[in-house]
Amino acid sequence: MGERAAIETEGLIKRFGSVTALDGVDLCVPAGTVVGLLGPNGAGKTTVVRVLATLLRPDAGRAWVDGRNVVGEAAAVRRVVGLSGQYAAVDGYLTGRENLRMIGRLSGLGVTATRSRADELVESFELTAAADRTARTYSGGMRRRLDVAASLVARPRLLFLDEPTTGLDPRGRLGLWNLLASLAADGVTLLLTTQYLEEADRLADRIVVLDAGRVIATGTAAELKARVGGDRLELQALPGADPVPLAAALAGLGTPMVDAELGRVVLPVADGPAILPEVATRLAAAGVRVADLALRRPTLDDVFLTLTGERSRVDSTDGEAEVTSP
Amino acid sequence: MTTALIANVGTITGRNLHRLVRVPTLIAFATVQPIMFVLLFTYTWGGAVHPPGVIHYVDYVLPGTFVLAIAFGASQTGVAIADDLATGMIDRFRALPMARSAVLAGRTVADAVRNLFVLALMTGVGSLIGFRFHAGPGPALAAVGLALAIGVAFSWIFALLGLLVRDPESAGIGGLLAVIPLIFVSSTFVPVATMPGWLQAFAKLNPITVTVDALRALCLGGPTATHVWQALAWIVGLLIATIPVAVLRYRHTTT
Repeated sequence: MGERAAIETEGLIKRFGSVTALDGVDLCVPAGTVVGLLGPNGAGKTTVVRVLATLLRPDAGRAWVDGRNVVGEAAAVRRVVGLSGQYAAVDGYLTGRENLRMIGRLSGLGVTATRSRADELVESFELTAAADRTARTYSGGMRRRLDVAASLVARPRLLFLDEPTTGLDPRGRLGLWNLLASLAADGVTLLLTTQYLEEADRLADRIVVLDAGRVIATGTAAELKARVGGDRLELQALPGADPVPLAAALAGLGTPMVDAELGRVVLPVADGPAILPEVATRLAAAGVRVADLALRRPTLDDVFLTLTGERSRVDSTDGEAEVTSP
Repeated sequence: MTTALIANVGTITGRNLHRLVRVPTLIAFATVQPIMFVLLFTYTWGGAVHPPGVIHYVDYVLPGTFVLAIAFGASQTGVAIADDLATGMIDRFRALPMARSAVLAGRTVADAVRNLFVLALMTGVGSLIGFRFHAGPGPALAAVGLALAIGVAFSWIFALLGLLVRDPESAGIGGLLAVIPLIFVSSTFVPVATMPGWLQAFAKLNPITVTVDALRALCLGGPTATHVWQALAWIVGLLIATIPVAVLRYRHTTT
Protein backbone atom coordinates (compact mmCIF):
# COMPACT_ATOMS: atom_id res chain seq x y z
CA MET A 1 0.00 0.00 0.00
CA GLY A 2 1.38 3.39 -0.98
CA GLU A 3 1.77 6.19 1.51
CA ARG A 4 -1.50 7.93 1.98
CA ALA A 5 -2.41 10.80 4.25
CA ALA A 6 -4.79 10.19 7.16
CA ILE A 7 -7.64 11.41 4.99
CA GLU A 8 -7.52 11.68 1.22
CA THR A 9 -10.30 12.25 -1.23
CA GLU A 10 -10.27 12.58 -5.00
CA GLY A 11 -13.12 14.20 -6.85
CA LEU A 12 -15.88 13.19 -4.47
CA ILE A 13 -19.31 13.65 -5.97
CA LYS A 14 -22.58 13.06 -4.20
CA ARG A 15 -26.02 13.95 -5.48
CA PHE A 16 -29.34 13.81 -3.67
CA GLY A 17 -31.95 13.86 -6.39
CA SER A 18 -31.36 17.05 -8.35
CA VAL A 19 -29.17 18.58 -5.62
CA THR A 20 -25.43 18.18 -6.01
CA ALA A 21 -24.14 18.09 -2.44
CA LEU A 22 -20.52 17.37 -3.37
CA ASP A 23 -19.22 18.57 -6.69
CA GLY A 24 -15.70 17.15 -6.88
CA VAL A 25 -14.12 17.49 -3.45
CA ASP A 26 -10.38 16.88 -3.08
CA LEU A 27 -8.97 16.75 0.40
CA CYS A 28 -5.67 15.77 1.95
CA VAL A 29 -5.31 15.71 5.70
CA PRO A 30 -1.94 14.62 7.09
CA ALA A 31 -1.98 12.41 10.19
CA GLY A 32 -2.00 14.22 13.50
CA THR A 33 -3.32 17.49 12.13
CA VAL A 34 -6.55 19.35 12.75
CA VAL A 35 -8.51 20.41 9.72
CA GLY A 36 -11.54 22.67 9.85
CA LEU A 37 -14.15 22.30 7.13
CA LEU A 38 -15.73 25.69 6.90
CA GLY A 39 -18.76 26.70 4.95
CA PRO A 40 -22.34 27.94 5.07
CA ASN A 41 -25.36 25.66 5.44
CA GLY A 42 -25.68 23.40 2.45
CA ALA A 43 -22.02 23.73 1.47
CA GLY A 44 -21.55 19.97 1.76
CA LYS A 45 -19.64 19.77 5.05
CA THR A 46 -21.87 17.14 6.62
CA THR A 47 -21.92 15.11 3.41
CA VAL A 48 -18.10 14.99 3.37
CA VAL A 49 -18.06 13.75 6.96
CA ARG A 50 -20.75 11.16 6.27
CA VAL A 51 -18.87 9.82 3.26
CA LEU A 52 -15.64 9.60 5.27
CA ALA A 53 -17.44 7.91 8.18
CA THR A 54 -18.77 5.24 5.74
CA LEU A 55 -22.37 6.33 6.25
CA LEU A 56 -22.83 7.47 2.66
CA ARG A 57 -21.46 6.09 -0.59
CA PRO A 58 -20.15 8.72 -2.97
CA ASP A 59 -21.63 8.69 -6.48
CA ALA A 60 -18.17 9.24 -7.94
CA GLY A 61 -14.65 9.87 -6.75
CA ARG A 62 -12.65 8.02 -4.14
CA ALA A 63 -11.81 8.48 -0.49
CA TRP A 64 -9.32 6.86 1.85
CA VAL A 65 -9.24 7.07 5.61
CA ASP A 66 -6.08 5.81 7.27
CA GLY A 67 -5.14 4.33 3.92
CA ARG A 68 -8.38 2.32 3.59
CA ASN A 69 -10.94 2.90 0.92
CA VAL A 70 -14.18 4.10 2.55
CA VAL A 71 -16.34 2.06 0.18
CA GLY A 72 -14.35 -1.13 -0.32
CA GLU A 73 -12.84 -1.34 3.17
CA ALA A 74 -15.60 0.30 5.17
CA ALA A 75 -15.33 -2.15 8.07
CA ALA A 76 -11.62 -1.39 8.49
CA VAL A 77 -12.30 2.35 8.36
CA ARG A 78 -14.91 2.02 11.12
CA ARG A 79 -12.30 0.46 13.40
CA VAL A 80 -10.04 3.52 13.36
CA VAL A 81 -12.58 6.33 13.19
CA GLY A 82 -14.71 8.06 15.81
CA LEU A 83 -17.75 10.06 14.74
CA SER A 84 -19.56 12.76 16.63
CA GLY A 85 -22.46 13.69 14.42
CA GLN A 86 -24.47 16.85 14.08
CA TYR A 87 -26.89 15.90 16.85
CA ALA A 88 -25.63 14.66 20.18
CA ALA A 89 -26.57 11.03 19.58
CA VAL A 90 -26.76 9.53 23.04
CA ASP A 91 -29.51 7.39 24.53
CA GLY A 92 -31.41 9.67 26.90
CA TYR A 93 -32.71 6.75 28.93
CA LEU A 94 -29.28 5.31 29.63
CA THR A 95 -26.94 6.92 32.12
CA GLY A 96 -23.80 8.60 30.86
CA ARG A 97 -21.71 5.66 31.95
CA GLU A 98 -24.09 3.14 30.37
CA ASN A 99 -23.96 5.03 27.08
CA LEU A 100 -20.17 4.85 27.04
CA ARG A 101 -20.16 1.17 28.00
CA MET A 102 -22.65 0.36 25.26
CA ILE A 103 -20.47 2.03 22.64
CA GLY A 104 -17.38 0.31 24.07
CA ARG A 105 -18.93 -3.14 23.84
CA LEU A 106 -20.26 -2.45 20.33
CA SER A 107 -16.79 -1.30 19.30
CA GLY A 108 -15.44 -4.70 20.27
CA LEU A 109 -13.78 -3.85 23.60
CA GLY A 110 -13.94 -6.49 26.31
CA VAL A 111 -16.14 -6.08 29.37
CA THR A 112 -13.39 -4.99 31.76
CA ALA A 113 -11.63 -2.80 29.20
CA THR A 114 -14.96 -1.13 28.46
CA ARG A 115 -15.64 -0.45 32.12
CA SER A 116 -12.31 1.15 32.83
CA ARG A 117 -12.39 3.14 29.60
CA ALA A 118 -15.87 4.46 30.41
CA ASP A 119 -14.77 5.49 33.90
CA GLU A 120 -11.70 7.17 32.46
CA LEU A 121 -13.73 9.18 29.93
CA VAL A 122 -16.36 10.16 32.48
CA GLU A 123 -13.50 11.59 34.52
CA SER A 124 -11.69 13.42 31.74
CA PHE A 125 -14.90 14.88 30.30
CA GLU A 126 -15.94 16.18 33.72
CA LEU A 127 -19.08 14.09 33.86
CA THR A 128 -18.27 12.24 37.08
CA ALA A 129 -21.07 13.79 39.15
CA ALA A 130 -23.66 13.07 36.45
CA ALA A 131 -22.29 9.75 35.21
CA ASP A 132 -25.00 7.65 36.82
CA ARG A 133 -27.90 9.89 35.86
CA THR A 134 -29.85 9.25 32.67
CA ALA A 135 -28.58 11.44 29.84
CA ARG A 136 -31.98 13.07 29.34
CA THR A 137 -31.33 15.06 32.53
CA TYR A 138 -28.14 16.52 31.04
CA SER A 139 -27.69 20.06 29.79
CA GLY A 140 -26.89 20.60 26.12
CA GLY A 141 -23.22 21.01 26.93
CA MET A 142 -23.08 17.82 28.99
CA ARG A 143 -24.87 15.87 26.26
CA ARG A 144 -22.37 17.11 23.72
CA ARG A 145 -19.45 16.18 25.95
CA LEU A 146 -20.93 12.72 26.43
CA ASP A 147 -21.38 12.42 22.67
CA VAL A 148 -17.75 13.31 22.01
CA ALA A 149 -16.66 10.98 24.81
CA ALA A 150 -18.69 8.18 23.18
CA SER A 151 -16.86 8.73 19.91
CA LEU A 152 -13.56 8.29 21.74
CA VAL A 153 -14.29 5.08 23.64
CA ALA A 154 -12.38 2.88 21.20
CA ARG A 155 -9.42 5.32 21.07
CA PRO A 156 -9.83 6.20 17.38
CA ARG A 157 -6.83 7.54 15.49
CA LEU A 158 -9.17 9.85 13.61
CA LEU A 159 -12.08 11.79 14.91
CA PHE A 160 -14.76 13.43 12.78
CA LEU A 161 -16.84 16.09 14.46
CA ASP A 162 -19.81 17.62 12.68
CA GLU A 163 -20.50 21.08 14.11
CA PRO A 164 -19.40 20.02 17.58
CA THR A 165 -20.23 23.28 19.35
CA THR A 166 -23.55 24.13 17.69
CA GLY A 167 -26.05 24.97 20.39
CA LEU A 168 -23.49 25.33 23.17
CA ASP A 169 -23.18 28.43 25.32
CA PRO A 170 -19.83 30.27 25.26
CA ARG A 171 -18.55 28.42 28.31
CA GLY A 172 -19.51 25.04 26.94
CA ARG A 173 -17.87 25.94 23.65
CA LEU A 174 -14.65 26.93 25.38
CA GLY A 175 -14.62 23.72 27.40
CA LEU A 176 -15.06 21.58 24.30
CA TRP A 177 -12.36 23.51 22.46
CA ASN A 178 -9.93 22.73 25.26
CA LEU A 179 -10.86 19.04 25.11
CA LEU A 180 -10.37 18.93 21.35
CA ALA A 181 -7.07 20.76 21.63
CA SER A 182 -5.79 18.17 24.09
CA LEU A 183 -6.89 15.35 21.76
CA ALA A 184 -4.98 17.00 18.94
CA ALA A 185 -1.97 17.26 21.24
CA ASP A 186 -2.22 13.49 21.76
CA GLY A 187 -1.86 13.03 18.02
CA VAL A 188 -5.47 12.30 17.05
CA THR A 189 -6.26 13.50 13.54
CA LEU A 190 -9.28 15.78 13.78
CA LEU A 191 -11.65 16.78 11.02
CA LEU A 192 -14.28 19.19 12.23
CA THR A 193 -16.97 21.04 10.38
CA THR A 194 -18.08 24.39 11.59
CA GLN A 195 -19.89 27.52 10.61
CA TYR A 196 -17.97 29.44 13.23
CA LEU A 197 -14.87 30.99 11.80
CA GLU A 198 -13.59 31.61 15.28
CA GLU A 199 -13.72 27.89 15.95
CA ALA A 200 -11.75 26.99 12.84
CA ASP A 201 -9.33 29.82 13.56
CA ARG A 202 -8.73 28.58 17.06
CA LEU A 203 -8.55 24.80 16.58
CA ALA A 204 -7.52 24.05 13.04
CA ASP A 205 -4.01 23.79 11.64
CA ARG A 206 -5.51 24.08 8.20
CA ILE A 207 -8.85 25.34 7.00
CA VAL A 208 -10.72 24.05 3.99
CA VAL A 209 -13.45 26.37 2.78
CA LEU A 210 -16.36 24.63 1.10
CA ASP A 211 -19.07 26.32 -0.88
CA ALA A 212 -21.76 24.66 -2.96
CA GLY A 213 -20.01 21.29 -2.79
CA ARG A 214 -16.58 22.54 -3.88
CA VAL A 215 -13.38 23.38 -2.10
CA ILE A 216 -12.90 27.08 -2.80
CA ALA A 217 -9.83 27.67 -0.65
CA THR A 218 -7.36 25.85 1.57
CA GLY A 219 -4.72 27.18 3.90
CA THR A 220 -3.86 28.20 7.41
CA ALA A 221 -5.99 30.88 8.98
CA ALA A 222 -3.13 33.34 8.46
CA GLU A 223 -2.75 32.43 4.79
CA LEU A 224 -6.44 32.85 4.17
CA LYS A 225 -6.53 36.18 5.93
CA ALA A 226 -3.56 37.32 3.83
CA ARG A 227 -5.65 36.72 0.72
CA VAL A 228 -8.03 39.40 1.84
CA GLY A 229 -5.18 41.85 2.28
CA GLY A 230 -4.70 44.38 5.04
CA ASP A 231 -7.30 46.33 6.94
CA ARG A 232 -10.80 47.04 5.80
CA LEU A 233 -12.66 50.27 6.07
CA GLU A 234 -16.41 49.82 6.14
CA LEU A 235 -18.76 52.68 5.40
CA GLN A 236 -22.46 52.31 5.84
CA ALA A 237 -24.74 54.64 3.87
CA LEU A 238 -27.71 56.25 5.63
CA PRO A 239 -30.82 54.06 5.58
CA GLY A 240 -32.23 54.04 2.07
CA ALA A 241 -29.36 56.13 0.67
CA ASP A 242 -27.35 55.09 -2.38
CA PRO A 243 -23.85 53.95 -1.35
CA VAL A 244 -22.32 54.81 -4.75
CA PRO A 245 -21.56 58.48 -3.86
CA LEU A 246 -19.66 57.15 -0.83
CA ALA A 247 -17.50 55.04 -3.10
CA ALA A 248 -17.02 57.97 -5.46
CA ALA A 249 -15.77 60.13 -2.60
CA LEU A 250 -13.08 57.55 -1.85
CA ALA A 251 -11.79 57.39 -5.43
CA GLY A 252 -8.04 57.09 -5.53
CA LEU A 253 -7.66 55.67 -2.04
CA GLY A 254 -8.03 52.10 -3.22
CA THR A 255 -10.63 49.93 -4.91
CA PRO A 256 -13.88 50.35 -3.02
CA MET A 257 -16.35 47.44 -3.23
CA VAL A 258 -19.98 48.47 -3.24
CA ASP A 259 -22.70 46.29 -1.80
CA ALA A 260 -25.83 48.03 -3.03
CA GLU A 261 -28.12 45.64 -1.20
CA LEU A 262 -26.63 46.33 2.22
CA GLY A 263 -25.89 49.97 1.39
CA ARG A 264 -22.28 49.38 2.25
CA VAL A 265 -18.90 50.26 0.85
CA VAL A 266 -15.83 48.29 1.81
CA LEU A 267 -12.39 49.70 1.12
CA PRO A 268 -9.42 47.38 1.54
CA VAL A 269 -6.44 49.44 2.67
CA ALA A 270 -2.89 48.70 3.69
CA ASP A 271 -2.80 50.91 6.77
CA GLY A 272 -6.24 51.75 8.10
CA PRO A 273 -5.42 54.14 10.96
CA ALA A 274 -3.18 56.26 8.69
CA ILE A 275 -5.86 56.77 6.07
CA LEU A 276 -8.74 57.63 8.40
CA PRO A 277 -8.22 61.43 8.51
CA GLU A 278 -8.10 61.56 4.71
CA VAL A 279 -11.33 59.59 4.48
CA ALA A 280 -13.06 61.94 6.89
CA THR A 281 -11.89 64.97 4.90
CA ARG A 282 -13.08 63.48 1.62
CA LEU A 283 -16.50 62.67 3.00
CA ALA A 284 -16.89 66.16 4.45
CA ALA A 285 -15.80 67.74 1.16
CA ALA A 286 -18.24 65.65 -0.86
CA GLY A 287 -21.00 66.40 1.61
CA VAL A 288 -22.02 62.75 2.07
CA ARG A 289 -23.01 61.48 5.47
CA VAL A 290 -22.50 57.96 6.74
CA ALA A 291 -24.52 55.95 9.22
CA ASP A 292 -21.43 54.09 10.36
CA LEU A 293 -17.73 53.99 9.68
CA ALA A 294 -15.60 51.19 11.00
CA LEU A 295 -12.06 49.99 10.65
CA ARG A 296 -11.63 46.25 10.84
CA ARG A 297 -8.78 43.82 10.78
CA PRO A 298 -9.53 40.89 8.45
CA THR A 299 -11.34 37.98 10.05
CA LEU A 300 -12.11 34.61 8.59
CA ASP A 301 -15.60 35.97 7.97
CA ASP A 302 -14.06 38.43 5.54
CA VAL A 303 -12.09 35.62 3.99
CA PHE A 304 -15.21 33.65 3.55
CA LEU A 305 -17.23 36.51 2.11
CA THR A 306 -14.38 37.50 -0.18
CA LEU A 307 -13.92 33.94 -1.40
CA THR A 308 -17.58 33.26 -2.02
CA GLY A 309 -17.89 36.72 -3.58
CA GLU A 310 -15.02 35.92 -5.94
CA ARG A 311 -16.69 32.76 -6.93
CA SER A 312 -19.98 34.39 -7.78
CA ARG A 313 -18.16 37.04 -9.80
CA VAL A 314 -16.34 34.37 -11.76
CA ASP A 315 -19.62 32.59 -12.31
CA SER A 316 -21.30 35.73 -13.61
CA THR A 317 -18.60 36.40 -16.23
CA ASP A 318 -19.43 33.29 -18.17
CA GLY A 319 -23.07 34.36 -18.24
CA GLU A 320 -24.44 37.85 -18.41
CA ALA A 321 -22.61 40.88 -17.15
CA GLU A 322 -22.94 41.58 -13.46
CA VAL A 323 -26.10 43.40 -12.62
CA THR A 324 -25.49 46.76 -11.03
CA SER A 325 -28.13 48.68 -9.21
CA PRO A 326 -29.55 51.63 -11.14
CA MET B 1 -17.66 -13.39 13.62
CA THR B 2 -20.65 -15.18 15.11
CA THR B 3 -19.50 -14.52 18.67
CA ALA B 4 -19.10 -10.84 17.78
CA LEU B 5 -22.63 -10.84 16.37
CA ILE B 6 -24.03 -12.48 19.48
CA ALA B 7 -22.15 -10.01 21.70
CA ASN B 8 -23.47 -7.07 19.66
CA VAL B 9 -27.04 -8.37 19.78
CA GLY B 10 -26.66 -8.87 23.53
CA THR B 11 -25.49 -5.28 24.02
CA ILE B 12 -28.38 -3.86 22.00
CA THR B 13 -30.83 -6.13 23.81
CA GLY B 14 -29.47 -4.78 27.10
CA ARG B 15 -29.94 -1.23 25.89
CA ASN B 16 -33.57 -1.85 25.01
CA LEU B 17 -34.31 -3.69 28.25
CA HIS B 18 -32.91 -0.73 30.19
CA ARG B 19 -35.22 1.54 28.25
CA LEU B 20 -38.18 -0.78 28.87
CA VAL B 21 -37.97 -0.32 32.61
CA ARG B 22 -37.21 3.42 32.41
CA VAL B 23 -39.45 4.90 29.73
CA PRO B 24 -42.89 5.51 31.27
CA THR B 25 -44.88 4.86 28.09
CA LEU B 26 -43.06 1.58 27.54
CA ILE B 27 -43.74 0.49 31.12
CA ALA B 28 -47.44 1.24 30.58
CA PHE B 29 -47.46 -0.68 27.30
CA ALA B 30 -46.01 -3.69 29.08
CA THR B 31 -48.15 -3.61 32.22
CA VAL B 32 -51.33 -1.52 32.32
CA GLN B 33 -52.31 -2.12 28.72
CA PRO B 34 -52.21 -5.95 28.74
CA ILE B 35 -54.13 -6.11 32.02
CA MET B 36 -56.66 -3.67 30.62
CA PHE B 37 -57.12 -5.77 27.49
CA VAL B 38 -57.79 -8.94 29.51
CA LEU B 39 -60.32 -7.29 31.82
CA LEU B 40 -62.02 -5.12 29.19
CA PHE B 41 -62.64 -7.79 26.61
CA THR B 42 -63.57 -10.47 29.11
CA TYR B 43 -66.15 -8.36 30.90
CA THR B 44 -67.56 -6.19 28.10
CA TRP B 45 -67.87 -8.83 25.38
CA GLY B 46 -67.99 -11.93 27.54
CA GLY B 47 -71.74 -11.55 28.15
CA ALA B 48 -72.60 -11.13 24.48
CA VAL B 49 -70.20 -13.45 22.71
CA HIS B 50 -70.67 -17.18 23.19
CA PRO B 51 -68.31 -19.04 20.89
CA PRO B 52 -69.35 -22.66 20.37
CA GLY B 53 -67.62 -25.21 22.59
CA VAL B 54 -66.34 -22.66 25.14
CA ILE B 55 -67.89 -22.21 28.57
CA HIS B 56 -65.98 -19.17 29.80
CA TYR B 57 -65.31 -16.36 27.29
CA VAL B 58 -62.01 -15.63 29.08
CA ASP B 59 -60.75 -19.04 27.92
CA TYR B 60 -61.61 -18.02 24.35
CA VAL B 61 -60.39 -14.45 24.41
CA LEU B 62 -57.14 -14.75 26.36
CA PRO B 63 -55.14 -16.35 23.51
CA GLY B 64 -56.50 -13.53 21.32
CA THR B 65 -55.45 -10.83 23.74
CA PHE B 66 -51.97 -12.42 23.87
CA VAL B 67 -51.59 -11.65 20.19
CA LEU B 68 -53.25 -8.25 20.57
CA ALA B 69 -50.85 -7.14 23.32
CA ILE B 70 -47.85 -8.51 21.43
CA ALA B 71 -48.86 -6.74 18.23
CA PHE B 72 -49.38 -3.42 20.00
CA GLY B 73 -46.06 -3.86 21.78
CA ALA B 74 -44.32 -4.57 18.49
CA SER B 75 -45.71 -1.36 17.01
CA GLN B 76 -43.54 0.44 19.59
CA THR B 77 -40.51 -1.06 17.87
CA GLY B 78 -41.35 0.91 14.73
CA VAL B 79 -41.52 4.07 16.81
CA ALA B 80 -38.23 3.28 18.54
CA ILE B 81 -36.34 2.57 15.32
CA ALA B 82 -37.71 5.72 13.66
CA ASP B 83 -36.69 7.63 16.77
CA ASP B 84 -33.17 6.19 16.61
CA LEU B 85 -32.99 7.36 13.01
CA ALA B 86 -34.26 10.84 13.83
CA THR B 87 -31.90 11.34 16.77
CA GLY B 88 -28.79 10.11 14.99
CA MET B 89 -28.41 6.93 17.07
CA ILE B 90 -28.56 4.77 13.94
CA ASP B 91 -25.80 6.89 12.39
CA ARG B 92 -23.71 6.37 15.50
CA PHE B 93 -24.25 2.59 15.34
CA ARG B 94 -23.61 2.44 11.61
CA ALA B 95 -20.27 4.18 12.08
CA LEU B 96 -19.17 1.53 14.60
CA PRO B 97 -17.38 -1.69 13.65
CA MET B 98 -20.39 -3.78 14.67
CA ALA B 99 -22.63 -6.34 13.01
CA ARG B 100 -25.04 -4.72 10.55
CA SER B 101 -28.01 -6.73 11.78
CA ALA B 102 -27.42 -6.28 15.51
CA VAL B 103 -29.39 -3.07 16.10
CA LEU B 104 -32.57 -4.61 14.69
CA ALA B 105 -31.98 -8.11 16.02
CA GLY B 106 -31.19 -6.83 19.52
CA ARG B 107 -34.38 -4.85 19.50
CA THR B 108 -36.46 -7.89 18.56
CA VAL B 109 -34.78 -10.04 21.21
CA ALA B 110 -35.61 -7.39 23.83
CA ASP B 111 -39.19 -7.42 22.56
CA ALA B 112 -39.31 -11.18 23.07
CA VAL B 113 -38.15 -10.78 26.69
CA ARG B 114 -40.80 -8.13 27.18
CA ASN B 115 -43.43 -10.38 25.60
CA LEU B 116 -42.55 -13.24 27.93
CA PHE B 117 -43.23 -10.91 30.85
CA VAL B 118 -46.47 -9.68 29.27
CA LEU B 119 -47.67 -13.25 28.65
CA ALA B 120 -46.98 -14.20 32.26
CA LEU B 121 -48.79 -11.10 33.49
CA MET B 122 -51.83 -11.72 31.28
CA THR B 123 -51.97 -15.38 32.22
CA GLY B 124 -51.81 -14.42 35.90
CA VAL B 125 -54.61 -11.86 35.61
CA GLY B 126 -56.58 -14.23 33.38
CA SER B 127 -56.36 -17.08 35.86
CA LEU B 128 -57.66 -14.79 38.60
CA ILE B 129 -60.86 -14.41 36.57
CA GLY B 130 -61.25 -18.01 35.52
CA PHE B 131 -58.79 -18.75 32.70
CA ARG B 132 -57.22 -22.23 32.68
CA PHE B 133 -54.84 -24.07 30.32
CA HIS B 134 -57.14 -27.02 29.58
CA ALA B 135 -54.66 -29.01 27.53
CA GLY B 136 -51.93 -29.38 30.15
CA PRO B 137 -48.43 -27.98 30.61
CA GLY B 138 -46.86 -29.22 27.35
CA PRO B 139 -49.29 -27.46 25.02
CA ALA B 140 -49.30 -24.46 27.37
CA LEU B 141 -45.53 -24.08 26.93
CA ALA B 142 -45.93 -24.56 23.20
CA ALA B 143 -48.52 -21.76 23.23
CA VAL B 144 -46.05 -19.44 24.95
CA GLY B 145 -43.36 -20.36 22.43
CA LEU B 146 -45.68 -19.77 19.50
CA ALA B 147 -46.82 -16.41 20.89
CA LEU B 148 -43.17 -15.38 21.30
CA ALA B 149 -42.41 -16.50 17.75
CA ILE B 150 -45.21 -14.44 16.19
CA GLY B 151 -43.96 -11.57 18.36
CA VAL B 152 -40.49 -11.80 16.78
CA ALA B 153 -42.08 -11.70 13.31
CA PHE B 154 -44.18 -8.65 14.28
CA SER B 155 -41.10 -6.91 15.70
CA TRP B 156 -39.17 -7.33 12.45
CA ILE B 157 -42.13 -6.07 10.43
CA PHE B 158 -42.40 -2.95 12.58
CA ALA B 159 -38.64 -2.45 12.63
CA LEU B 160 -38.77 -2.36 8.84
CA LEU B 161 -41.73 0.03 8.99
CA GLY B 162 -39.76 2.34 11.29
CA LEU B 163 -36.81 2.35 8.89
CA LEU B 164 -39.07 3.16 5.96
CA VAL B 165 -41.23 5.79 7.66
CA ARG B 166 -38.36 7.47 9.59
CA ASP B 167 -40.65 9.74 11.56
CA PRO B 168 -41.53 8.41 15.05
CA GLU B 169 -45.06 9.84 15.06
CA SER B 170 -45.89 8.48 11.63
CA ALA B 171 -44.46 5.12 12.63
CA GLY B 172 -46.73 5.08 15.69
CA ILE B 173 -49.86 5.97 13.74
CA GLY B 174 -48.91 3.69 10.85
CA GLY B 175 -48.41 0.87 13.33
CA LEU B 176 -51.86 1.31 14.86
CA LEU B 177 -53.51 1.60 11.44
CA ALA B 178 -51.89 -1.69 10.47
CA VAL B 179 -52.62 -3.53 13.71
CA ILE B 180 -56.23 -2.54 14.38
CA PRO B 181 -57.90 -3.92 11.23
CA LEU B 182 -55.76 -7.06 11.24
CA ILE B 183 -56.66 -7.74 14.86
CA PHE B 184 -60.39 -7.07 14.52
CA VAL B 185 -60.83 -8.88 11.22
CA SER B 186 -59.58 -12.11 12.72
CA SER B 187 -60.63 -14.70 15.26
CA THR B 188 -59.06 -12.67 18.09
CA PHE B 189 -62.38 -11.75 19.76
CA VAL B 190 -65.15 -13.50 17.84
CA PRO B 191 -65.50 -16.61 15.69
CA VAL B 192 -64.80 -15.79 12.04
CA ALA B 193 -68.01 -17.65 11.07
CA THR B 194 -70.10 -14.76 12.46
CA MET B 195 -68.62 -12.27 9.96
CA PRO B 196 -70.10 -11.47 6.53
CA GLY B 197 -68.86 -13.82 3.82
CA TRP B 198 -66.56 -11.39 2.02
CA LEU B 199 -64.87 -10.50 5.29
CA GLN B 200 -64.54 -14.15 6.28
CA ALA B 201 -62.36 -14.78 3.26
CA PHE B 202 -59.86 -12.17 4.48
CA ALA B 203 -60.17 -13.16 8.14
CA LYS B 204 -59.37 -16.79 7.37
CA LEU B 205 -56.21 -15.83 5.47
CA ASN B 206 -55.13 -13.34 8.14
CA PRO B 207 -51.99 -14.64 9.87
CA ILE B 208 -53.42 -13.34 13.13
CA THR B 209 -56.43 -15.68 12.78
CA VAL B 210 -54.11 -18.55 12.00
CA THR B 211 -51.93 -17.81 15.01
CA VAL B 212 -54.80 -17.15 17.43
CA ASP B 213 -56.51 -20.38 16.33
CA ALA B 214 -53.30 -22.28 16.96
CA LEU B 215 -52.85 -20.67 20.39
CA ARG B 216 -56.46 -21.38 21.25
CA ALA B 217 -56.10 -25.03 20.30
CA LEU B 218 -52.97 -25.27 22.47
CA CYS B 219 -54.71 -23.61 25.43
CA LEU B 220 -58.15 -25.20 25.18
CA GLY B 221 -57.29 -28.64 23.89
CA GLY B 222 -58.44 -30.43 20.77
CA PRO B 223 -56.60 -31.03 17.51
CA THR B 224 -53.64 -28.69 17.22
CA ALA B 225 -51.30 -29.94 14.49
CA THR B 226 -52.83 -28.22 11.45
CA HIS B 227 -53.26 -24.91 13.19
CA VAL B 228 -49.75 -24.92 14.62
CA TRP B 229 -48.08 -25.84 11.32
CA GLN B 230 -50.01 -23.14 9.50
CA ALA B 231 -49.01 -20.59 12.11
CA LEU B 232 -45.36 -21.64 11.98
CA ALA B 233 -45.42 -21.44 8.19
CA TRP B 234 -46.72 -17.88 8.40
CA ILE B 235 -44.14 -16.90 11.00
CA VAL B 236 -41.22 -18.36 9.07
CA GLY B 237 -42.52 -16.80 5.86
CA LEU B 238 -42.81 -13.37 7.46
CA LEU B 239 -39.30 -13.63 8.93
CA ILE B 240 -37.80 -14.68 5.60
CA ALA B 241 -39.59 -11.81 3.88
CA THR B 242 -38.73 -9.07 6.36
CA ILE B 243 -35.31 -9.75 7.92
CA PRO B 244 -33.18 -9.43 4.75
CA VAL B 245 -35.13 -6.38 3.56
CA ALA B 246 -34.87 -4.70 6.96
CA VAL B 247 -31.13 -5.38 7.31
CA LEU B 248 -30.48 -4.17 3.77
CA ARG B 249 -32.51 -1.06 4.45
CA TYR B 250 -30.54 -0.47 7.66
CA ARG B 251 -27.22 -0.78 5.83
CA HIS B 252 -28.17 1.74 3.19
CA THR B 253 -30.28 4.08 5.21
CA THR B 254 -29.32 7.72 4.82
CA THR B 255 -30.60 10.57 6.88
